[in-house]
Amino acid sequence: MRHSVEKSKDRGVSRRQFIGQTLKTACGVGLMGMGLGFYSKQASTLPAMAVRPPGALPEDEFLGACIRCGACVRDCPYDILKLGQLGDEVPTGTPYFSARTGPCEMCEDIPCIPVCPTNALDHALTDINEARMGLAVVVDQETCIAFLGLRCEVCFNVCPIRGDAITLDYQHNARSGKHALFIPIVHSDACTGCGLCEKACILDEAAIKVFPTHLAKGELGKHYRLGWEEKEKAGGSLVAPDAKHEYHLPEGVRYDLQGKGLILDAKSGDEIPVSSNPLDTLNRGLEGK
Amino acid sequence: MGKTPLPVGVEAIESKGWLKAHQWLILRRLSQLLVIGLFLTGPLAGIWIAKGNLAYSMTLDVLPLTDPHILLQSVLAGVNPHRDAIVGVVIVLVFYLLVGGRVFCSWVCPVNMVTDLASWLRRKLGLRSATPLSRSTRYWVLGLTLVLPLATGSIVWELFNPVSMAFRGIVFGLGMAWVLLLGVFLFDLFVAREGWCGRLCPVGAFYSLLGHWSPVRVTAVQREKCDDCMDCFAVCPESQVIKPALKGAKKGIGPVIDFADCTNCGRCIDVCAEDVFRFGNRYAEEKHNLSETSESRDQQNRFIDAA
Repeated sequence: MRHSVEKSKDRGVSRRQFIGQTLKTACGVGLMGMGLGFYSKQASTLPAMAVRPPGALPEDEFLGACIRCGACVRDCPYDILKLGQLGDEVPTGTPYFSARTGPCEMCEDIPCIPVCPTNALDHALTDINEARMGLAVVVDQETCIAFLGLRCEVCFNVCPIRGDAITLDYQHNARSGKHALFIPIVHSDACTGCGLCEKACILDEAAIKVFPTHLAKGELGKHYRLGWEEKEKAGGSLVAPDAKHEYHLPEGVRYDLQGKGLILDAKSGDEIPVSSNPLDTLNRGLEGK
Repeated sequence: MGKTPLPVGVEAIESKGWLKAHQWLILRRLSQLLVIGLFLTGPLAGIWIAKGNLAYSMTLDVLPLTDPHILLQSVLAGVNPHRDAIVGVVIVLVFYLLVGGRVFCSWVCPVNMVTDLASWLRRKLGLRSATPLSRSTRYWVLGLTLVLPLATGSIVWELFNPVSMAFRGIVFGLGMAWVLLLGVFLFDLFVAREGWCGRLCPVGAFYSLLGHWSPVRVTAVQREKCDDCMDCFAVCPESQVIKPALKGAKKGIGPVIDFADCTNCGRCIDVCAEDVFRFGNRYAEEKHNLSETSESRDQQNRFIDAA
């Protein structure tokens, strides 16, 4: 039997067989490649709640650079980083963290970055405050208790860049009429997306969440010019000289459009040109008739 | 194959004893487990020896090792690797160039244990099936894994690669990757003999190309003692590599198994009751083959004994 096998080997394959076999394999592998390629597009979408480590390249570049070695996971002192596993929504083998359960503690020396062998975590990032892992967003003003007029400020207080990344905006509490609302405001120019605020949010489901920046941010159309900025740049109005607005008010009365409203310049009570009685205004010109 | 064959390896166990007849198999399993163990002491006991996984690792904070296949894919996707990654890849390339590329497959890769189990079961159960896949398919798949990052800018193969997924799974958590490994096992058991490692796996194909020039080879030094029991063919994961060296004396083919597909697993050495095979240095063997006489054959044996 071995002899016959040997003989058929000696005879070799015909050109027809060879080409047929090659085409078959090439087509099979080609189809497989198409399948893998398309499936990979789906499998490569990072879910909104998975946050990449600091310094991670933009997602599409990251997936070409990260070789799934897990070195960053090993050198994270707080053990917050995980690798995506088959069946997870995160692309298999790539590092991420979940802000609600384990946020980035923003180590000053950023130990996860220098161990990355391929620059998937950009070694140029040396100041953790410059990291942009995502952006915190106060996603629900209906449940955030600050909007209900209760004192909380937990997100503001745990923020590692407190006062810059999250500030408190004092607003009038219209419900009670006499209290203030302490509204947390996130500033994208300072927020690193570390997720400490999301972790700390006292709600059962956090009202402040870290999202990938592209999901969290709006973007003004490129053609927009903000008049006041352009004016400042140019040192004056660009369209026409600012004309003083005339209201044709009685003497001693001015009007401020931006807040104060009607301003009475009167020196004494007698000189007030407008009566305090509204009927006088309505009946103006009818006196003695 | 004329005589009624005993179960594979029985003659070897009878003549050499169980231990000697499983020597290389045991060493290989120890090597595979040792590699996994080096990565597991950290997460399990807090003693950090090797960090990372087979894609890239840092051992004792000094020795970087990088998988050349995956680094190549990331370079094709447009990455400039860092110094550690490059040092690591050079070390790995040199190592496998010397010992044989597919030494990775049989001595390191964790999937080998799965596919070995499948082919052992296949032999036990006497399963045979016409294999639909040619052994060269893996080189096409290798090409595919290199084209995909070029086309998509992303390391697509790593979303599917059972090799890295198995090892990463053991070290970092398996997730659903066991399904993939079960798939590989069933594929090897029922669909194609050595279907994954021998026909499809692009990682093996890459290492196989790498081992093209490696000096460490199995050689059938005592091929005239072969009694045609066929045990080596039965256990060899790349059985096509054996015949020229074992049976090619008449055609003037040397006794060195000169195929990069050979994984240097040493199972043929184990199961041969006649001790036909040994590990040897290919280049030394080739020199001897030029003047092949019974004297030089004796010298050769002595050389290999010394080695």
